[in-house]
Order: sequence, then C-alpha cells, then structure tokens
Amino acid sequence: MRIPCPICGPRDRREFYYAGDAVALARPVPGAGEAAWDSYLHLRDNPAGVTRDLWYHEMGCSAWLVVERDTVSHKVLGAALAAEAER
Amino acid sequence: MTELVAVSASPGWSGKSIAGARFGAFEPQAILSVAPFAGAGAEVSQALQQATGLPLPEVGECLGTDAAGVIWFGRGQAMFIGPDPGRFTQAAALTDQSDAWTVLRLEGRRARDVLARLVPLDLRPSAFAQGQSARSELGHMMLSLSCTGADVFLLMVMRSMTKTAIHEIEAAMENIAARDAL
Amino acid sequence: MRVEGKGIVNRSAPLAFRFDGQEYQGFEGDTLASALLANDVRLVGRSFKYHRPRGILTAGSEEPNALVELGRGAGKLPNVRATVQELFEGLEATSQNRWPSLRRDLLSVNDLAAPFLSAGFYYKTFMWPRSFWERLYEPFIRRAAGLGALSGLDNDEVYEKAYAHCDLLVIGSGPAGLMAALTAARSGADVILAEEDRQFGGRLLSEEEQIGWQPARSWAASVIAELSGMANVRLMARTTITGVYDQGTYGALERVALHRPSGGWAPRECFWRIVAKQAVLAGGAIERPIAFAGNDRPGIMTASALRSYLHRWGVAPGRAVSVFCNNDNAHRSARDLAAAGVEIAAVIDTRADAQVAGDFPTYTGARVVATRGRLGLRQIEIRHAGGRRRIDSDCLAVSGGWNPSVHLTCHTGARPVWTPQIAAFVPAPDAVPGLIPAGAACGVFSTAGCLAEGRRAAREALKALGMRARQISLPEAEDRPYAIAPFWHVPGKGRAFVDFQNDVSVKDVQLAARENYRSVEHMKRYTTQGMATDQGKTSSTGALAVLAEATGRAIAETGTTTFRPPFSPVSIAAMGAGGQGAGFAPQRFTTSHDPSLERDAPMIEAGLWYRPSYFPIKGESHWRQSADREVSMVRNSVGVTDVSTLGKIDIQGKDAEEFLDFVYINTFSTLKEGRVRYGLMLREDGHVMDDGTTARLGPDHYLMTTTTAAAGLVMRHLEFVHQCLVPHLDLQMISVTEQWAQFAIAGPKSRALLNDILDTPLGAEDWPFMACGAVRVGGREARLFRISFSGEHAYELAVPSRYGESLFRLLTQKAEALGGGPYGMEALNVLRIEKGFLTHAEIHGRVTAFDIGMGRMIAPGKDCVGKTMAARPGLNGPEREQLVGLRPVGAVKQLSAGAHLFAAGAPAVRVNSEGYTTSAGFSPTLGSVLALGFLRNGRARHGETVRVVDHLRDTETMVEVCDPVFFDPEGGRVRD
Repeated sequence: MRIPCPICGPRDRREFYYAGDAVALARPVPGAGEAAWDSYLHLRDNPAGVTRDLWYHEMGCSAWLVVERDTVSHKVLGAALAAEAER
Repeated sequence: MTELVAVSASPGWSGKSIAGARFGAFEPQAILSVAPFAGAGAEVSQALQQATGLPLPEVGECLGTDAAGVIWFGRGQAMFIGPDPGRFTQAAALTDQSDAWTVLRLEGRRARDVLARLVPLDLRPSAFAQGQSARSELGHMMLSLSCTGADVFLLMVMRSMTKTAIHEIEAAMENIAARDAL
Repeated sequence: MRVEGKGIVNRSAPLAFRFDGQEYQGFEGDTLASALLANDVRLVGRSFKYHRPRGILTAGSEEPNALVELGRGAGKLPNVRATVQELFEGLEATSQNRWPSLRRDLLSVNDLAAPFLSAGFYYKTFMWPRSFWERLYEPFIRRAAGLGALSGLDNDEVYEKAYAHCDLLVIGSGPAGLMAALTAARSGADVILAEEDRQFGGRLLSEEEQIGWQPARSWAASVIAELSGMANVRLMARTTITGVYDQGTYGALERVALHRPSGGWAPRECFWRIVAKQAVLAGGAIERPIAFAGNDRPGIMTASALRSYLHRWGVAPGRAVSVFCNNDNAHRSARDLAAAGVEIAAVIDTRADAQVAGDFPTYTGARVVATRGRLGLRQIEIRHAGGRRRIDSDCLAVSGGWNPSVHLTCHTGARPVWTPQIAAFVPAPDAVPGLIPAGAACGVFSTAGCLAEGRRAAREALKALGMRARQISLPEAEDRPYAIAPFWHVPGKGRAFVDFQNDVSVKDVQLAARENYRSVEHMKRYTTQGMATDQGKTSSTGALAVLAEATGRAIAETGTTTFRPPFSPVSIAAMGAGGQGAGFAPQRFTTSHDPSLERDAPMIEAGLWYRPSYFPIKGESHWRQSADREVSMVRNSVGVTDVSTLGKIDIQGKDAEEFLDFVYINTFSTLKEGRVRYGLMLREDGHVMDDGTTARLGPDHYLMTTTTAAAGLVMRHLEFVHQCLVPHLDLQMISVTEQWAQFAIAGPKSRALLNDILDTPLGAEDWPFMACGAVRVGGREARLFRISFSGEHAYELAVPSRYGESLFRLLTQKAEALGGGPYGMEALNVLRIEKGFLTHAEIHGRVTAFDIGMGRMIAPGKDCVGKTMAARPGLNGPEREQLVGLRPVGAVKQLSAGAHLFAAGAPAVRVNSEGYTTSAGFSPTLGSVLALGFLRNGRARHGETVRVVDHLRDTETMVEVCDPVFFDPEGGRVRD
C-alpha cells in the first residue's frame, strides 16, 4: 500500500502510523455532553466504501494526514494535511 | 579544570569500500535545526541567508556544499549543517542537533543499489537527483537522505543507532559485492 | 536419456551431483529434474498422504510431485522443486516423505488403507473419543504430516531484502513479455523485466519454431541482448513475482545464489518489493492434466513438459512415448519426439473428430483407462472405438488444455472469468488497477498472438504513463488456432488423481459433493485440494470441473477458490532477511555503554535501548549484593546513573505554554523560567498516558521529558494534538533526546560531587529543588536540573552527547572518591519503589490520575486532553483499584510483581481478586521487601492486612496495606 503524502509524495505504507477514523479531528467542547464524547471516542462507522482515516507520517515528514480511501476497492482517493483539513 | 573528551558515535570505524561504493563518516562542524514560527518562513529564510549565505530549502530540497549546507528535514523544519551561525533569528525555533545525528556519506555507482536494500524510497536518478532530500527509514531507523552529487548521498541517522546503521549498510555492501562476484 | 543434437545445455560442462546418495552426472544448464530424467531416474518422491511413488509431472514452478530436500546441515532446504532447482557441481538432493528408502517406503501401507482415508477422513475419524485427540490423534497426525523436514538448526546463511521502482514491470519473458518490454523500453520507459527462470524466453525455450527469419530462441536472445544494453531496463532473471499488493506494489523472490553451493556473502535469495506505475502480466499458461485411473505413476507428465525436456534439455523421458490429450497443441509433443527419433507408442485423443497428423498409431475418441508399472510406468490401457487395448509405454504425456496464469490478477480480490472457447479461466477486465494481462495469461496461445498481445499491453501501459509508444513491427510467427474440447476425467474404477501433491482423487471431490460440500471453497477445505505448496496450479480447474459435474452446475457457476499470495512458495528466511539475531530491531546505545561494559555491567533491554542492570564490584557474586550496595550508596553518599534514554522534547513558540496546559493535566503557563515541574498526561479517554518533568528554559521555551518507554508515543501524541486538535497554536517541537547525554547524580554528596566538576561551583543558596539552568563543565555548555527520581538530594546534568562517555567516566570516578559510584536499573527501581514513584509498571494504560492519587492535580480552570472523560462515572471512587504500598507482615517475605490481592480470609480465586502488585523489590534502606500495587478502595484501607498470592510463582504472602511512599514521606531529603 502506498499513501500520497501531500508533502513527500507517494510513500510506502511502512513509513506511516495508522490512527483510525478521522473523526478524531472533531473534538467536542468540554461541556458537549456524554453522548458527544462517547461518540467521539468510541463510536466508529465500518463502511464498505469510502472512509477517512488519520495516518501519521512518522518515518517521513511528521505530518498527520487525513487519507481518504475505499475499503472495498483499496483505492486511495487522496490525502490532505490534518492541520488544514475540515473538522 | 575538568576536561571533557569528545567521542564519536562510531569510535574506531574508518569506513568501508567495495567496487563501486565508498562509505564513510562525514563530520559536520555543527547541526542546527531551524523551524520558523507561523508565517515567518520568508523572514527566517532571509535571516539564514544573511547569516550563512543559504536560504531555507524548499520541501525535499538540499542546498549548499560540504562546508555549509541546508537540508529539508520534515514538515516546517530544516537542518543547517556547517559552522554554527549562532541564534541568528527570533522568528524560528532553533535547537542544537550537532550531537543528535550521525552524518554518513555513501558514494559511487553502486550507492543507489546499496540504499535500495534498506530504504523504501524511489532512488532512480530520475526520481532522486542531486539537490533532493527526503525523510524516510533505513531498516526501521529514522533517516534523512540527501543526494549531494551525481551518486553522492548524505545519510543522517540518530546517534544512538549509528552502529546498527553502519552494520546494515556494510552488510548490504557485502551482499552487493558478493552478487557482483557471482 | 539424452537425445543427441537436442537441447541447449552446455555439454562441454559436465556437473556431478547426488540424489539419495547415488552419484549422477548432468550438464550446466540442467535443472535437477532434467538431469534426473537424463539419467533415467523417474521415481523421485512419495506422495503426501498415500505415500505413492511419484515422478516428475512438469518442467516448471507448478510442479506438484518432484519435491526434494537440498543440501545438508543448517542450510538444508525442504520441498525444493526439482523442476526449478538448477544443477550445480556437488549438488546433493534427497527424496522426501519416505522411510527407510524411496523404493521401500513403510508408510505406503497408507495406500492400501486408501478406502478409509478419503475426503473428510480426519474430520470423521478423529472426533471421538474426545480425550484421544490431544494424546493420540494429534501427535500421530503431526508426525505423519508435512513433506520435507527442516534441519532444526539456526540458519546462518545470508538472505536479502530490497526495494525497486519502475515505470513498467513486465512479468514473464515469453513472446508477450519480451515484446512488451521491448516496446516500452524503446519508448523510453523505465522497465523491469522479471523472469522466474534462469534464462529469458519463456515457452520459446521449450519449442522448436521460428520468429521472423530466425529460430524463436535466437529471436529471444537478440531481444534480451538489446534490452540488456539499455540504461532504462533492469533484467531480473530467477525472479518470481509472488504477490500483487495495493497501489502497484509487487512482491518478488529472486533466487540469487541457490544455483551455487552455500557460503559467503552472496544472498541465497532476495525478497524484492517492486513499486511499478504499470505492469504487464505475461506469465503464460500452465498445462493441466486429465484425471484417469493410475494417472500418477512416475513416467506420466504433461505434454508441454515433454517438449521442454526434449528441446531445452535434450532429454527424452522415455523410450516408447505415448500422448493422451483433448487438444491439437499436444500433438506437437508426439511430432517433435518422433522427429528426434523417439518411438511414439500411441497418440490417444479424446475427440472423435481429432485430426492427428504423424507417422504413429493414433486413437481418436479414445481414453486411457488404466496404467501399470510398480515404481514407474510400463504399460497403459486404452479404450477406443475398437475396444480395449494395452500398449507398452514407459512415458505418457498428458494434456487437458491450458490454464492462463491468472493468479496475480486475483490477489486483490478479483475473480477470473470462464471462457468456454478455450475451456479456461481468463483474468477479469481491470482486475488489478495498472496490471495489464497479455498473451497466454489472458488466453491467447499462438506465438504470433502473444507477440501482438505484448505490444498491445505495452502501448496501453505507455498511454497510462503519459508516454508515446514508439513504432515497432511484429515479426512473423506460429499462428495455429487452439482447438480443444473440454475433457476432465475418465470415469471408471481406480483412483484418478486431480491433486497430486495432496493426493486428492476424482472420487474425493465427488464424495465432497455428495456430503453437501458443494461450494468450491468447502470442497477445497474438505478434500484439501489446492492446499498444498503448489496451491493447486495443475489441479484446481480439474477439481472444480469434477465438482461442477457432480453438482450439476456449469463451471462458471461453480466458480474458483480464492487466489492468494504467494504465487509460489517464499522462504521465511527471505522475507525475514536481516532479521536474524540482533538484526531484528535497531540497537540504541547510550554514551555510557562502553564504560558500563568495562565495569562488567549486564545490559538489559529497555525498548530499543540497552541499559546497565547493576555494576558488580569485587567480591559480589549475586546481583542482589550489587543492587543493595548501590541503593545504600545513593542513600548515604552519591550515585551516578545514565538517564539519557528518557525522551527529551524541545518546545518553543509563543503558544508553547498554552499547548502544555492542554496536554498536561496540571498547569505549566505558571511555571517560572529556570524551574522544573512534574507533569501528568492523559489519553483522551481519561487514562494516564505518561509522566515526566518539564523545564522552562525561557519565556517561550520548554524542555519536556518523557519516560524511556513512551518517548516515541508522546512525540506522536504531541504532534497529533498540535496538528489535529489545536493547529492554530504557534509553536515548534523537536526531539533533542539524542543531542544530550544526561546523568542523574543522586545522594547526600551529590552537590559536593558537582562542585568538584562544574567550572563554577553552585552557590549555597542557588539551585533549590526543581531549579534548572545552564552551567559549564570543562568549558562546555551543559544543562543542570535539580530533580530526583530517588528521593535524595539529586541533580541531572546534561552535556552534548559527544562528551557523554567522558563525563560518565569522570562522574563515576569522582563518585567513587566520595564513597559512591555508578548504579544500574535494579537500584534505580528499588530507590523509586521506596519513594512510591511511578513507572509504566504502574501507569500501564488502565489507570487514571485518581487511581494513582493525582486526581486533584487536574487543574480546574482549563481544558486538557482527557479531562472530560477522566470525570466519567466509574473512573473515580471507592470501586477503583487505587495505588498502595504493600509490606510483608507474616513469616513469608516474598513479593513479586503480577501477584493478586485478596481479602485476608477469602479464597484466592479470580472472582475474589481485589487488585494486584505492579512492582516489588528488596529495600536495603528499610530492610524489607516492598511492593507497589493497586487495591480496590486502597487508600481507605491503609493498615489492613491482605493476602498476596502469585499463582504463577506459587507464593503467598500476608502484607499490610500502607501509603505508597515508604521512605521519607515528608520529602525532606530531596530538599536538603
């Protein structure tokens, strides 16, 4: 598997650390309530199709990325810097 | 007064050569990390240029000479390698990294083949030519790789892993020499 | 036997080799299989289940039968395919799965028991009585299972791993592959041409035909000569593409030096990871046999293998050869052998309307119904329009047609498509993005067709690469149509094998269908068809055709099983190359490593780091003596230890303080310059992630330390928090762990020691507890922190790493002069247990700040990572297991980490467990074993006696629950 790092270009997946759903970007405010926090921390979709994940280019440029890929076709549809991604 | 003696990360090691590749240490005077604060890239680049004659490198770029160079080192980060320019700017986070990284030099027509044993990068001359630099891994170790001449490479690995890095590269060189002798 | 004037082996280079101890001779260019056949050795192995005598079925990597052990000693290789193994001088091979010898194999009694060993035998037989499974059945099955044996010794041979990148990977070098490579290379693409054979040319090496004005082989050689002269082409012979992975990544196994005796630096094999923007699959096709009674006797092989042995190796595998087929292609075998002067006993074609041209007996609409010959074929029996007939024949060439090598196109999940015209599966369209099948691999079997296919595929690839294809003309070549009528098995009595390697017969497949294993995946698992090392290359299509027939379905409807990597076996040694012994992970050495070794300190691994366990001195024979002395040394004079392995992260920027307030539960914005503060970090789920001290070096400049174990984790976490949660904060972070060699100097005499080595001694009132700042040692800049992990008056002194070794020698020497010395991890651990300080033994991922007594550290006026969830119900309260100290009160004084805590009178069973110990050690200071642990509602239970039971070490100790700070609870010593 190869991931197109927006900074470094396409790289072997062994340079990256996988950190799950990009939902982690949307941190609720402290008082958002139990349901919001439970959802943020624990509830994940398991789509057959397009998904947005967080990957960390740990052995590369150290950028956190939002990678969009298809769990069925394994196509990697794109990657963006997490720091600039929509929340 | 107390006297402290400097010891290299690979004492007693004098490099290795095979037909087509030469591997040895590169002793920089100082290594300084330069990470501009938000929006200060241009200002820092100018200050660096004034202090050292070299601007900040673009992404994936290395500039300069053996005497003084700058290497792109990751997201928002560069390494200056050369005579210590001091704290030349307030607009960037600067740290002394002179002892944190071991710099190794690998050169020769077989250098790319040696690296291909350990580094997952596309190292074809068309993809990685003089003036290019990349962060990657060398057999599970963090690596900064720069191409500073047609077949000349500077490798930066963490100091504590120097012995492993040297061992891995030397083993790769042995494999290649033995393949060539088949 | 060799045929004069045939083959491309080098007859002026004879090679001596041994098989089962017998010496033979072959030639340079032989495979082990061709050399054995040349020496009339037909029996080469015993089958897996029934131990039936087996010979050589094919001439390629699909071989199911001819598996041998190669070499001896640690480098012995089991299950080597004789059809792939190149001959070399002194090669030693041994047959497998037989005892005591290949000709007399005692387990061949299995063959007589065959009626009981049918499909599902294991499932049906070994079910009862249940207790027999573990003691009787499993050991027996394990002993009987498997083919070749490993040596059981550590292999010290060299293997290699490597990466390669290209624009176009061409897989296979037959006419299609060569044409594709040539077209792409001439057009300027970076091409890798991978060929599993030692020699490029594919099927062209095994046929006698023309391409253009020259023999096909010469044409192949001329193309290779042109390609090898091009800078943009890499030719990889002996390289099998073993797997297709996502985004154009391919696994490949190169047999670098397996064609030579073992030894030296040359790798035996290299496992390549090839990244290709485009690929052309020109892997050809594999001929499939027909199933008939007794079809597994040595001497029976595929029709194409027969031609390979003749044309490539100059070997006739028999003296009276017959051919049994359902297609025109196989007739070539009879014609070519007849032309070479070998007697053709018969050509038996299943098709009534077959046109067989040639001067030999021909039977159309006929079948082979039986074979004879104990250890090799002697006679075949056929049935044809005129009745039954016995024909003396010592070699039978069989062809049931050709299966395109679709395997690689299916590795990412695609299923191949049944094509009735050729009675075979072909790759599904766009099965793998960027992988273009061509030639025989997609069912085009004529040489002319393959050449055109190669060019077509290369043009497609070049277009996808955005490159212009150069004009290239196609040479003339053989262009006969491929005429076939599907024929899978000859019905009748006797065992007709479909899968030779796993001994699966037509009847087994039919039985599976009868017992309702009708899905092809179920049939496969029930019969084990296709589950051997050859992955059913010669058997799968036949087996599912039989299944389709037995279940009354069409083949297309029946479908195939899943094709998975690797295409052919890959040795673990190649995939794990470089990982033997210490090669498994990088080793990280501190600057005090060598001086520690000089002092005979045993080194222990801490993550990738190596740290000294203790420093033995003269007269000490047990580690406890050394550790106890080192603890007392720190408590009474001064000790020195290397703490460089702790993570050090430099954080700068105007928002650094806000950032630290967000990642730590406590406040750092209020920390004064020149001061250090202990900090605790949570995960977002409210559990403790890590702890450490952070120093404020300047208004916008902090230095964070992490534990050794979590250094990488914390760096990743900080980057996550910054980039993903608070990207608006202006700060920069970088690891400076490696820049500084840092040593703890601990004990009542630590200040005296420091003042002895610092360029300027410390002022009496300066440097209170938790102060930090710059100092100078030997004229060098250094950093000093007054912090303590021992509870003593202590400092940590950091110098640039190049001076670390020198400083360590100096510090230990000066310490010794003061009655102290270096201390290791054992003493460090006891010192911190005495003080109730934590490591990842305690903050192991399931504990909260509340559990370790730091709940009140969570600052009220700000948000931080983990704060909201740390307040969840269930994470704070008497139901929690809380940090406590434990001290023995009974006769037994043993305590260990990992033991469970029980109420004094409660039975020591799981449901009664009220907690556990995390750390334990003997405290020479207090003269007692001490432990830290977690006990339910522990803070309210100080003074209570509980039971500590270590079921693993079989110890039981009564302990008193107490405060985790055993020693100097007021903390006076650290401030002194």
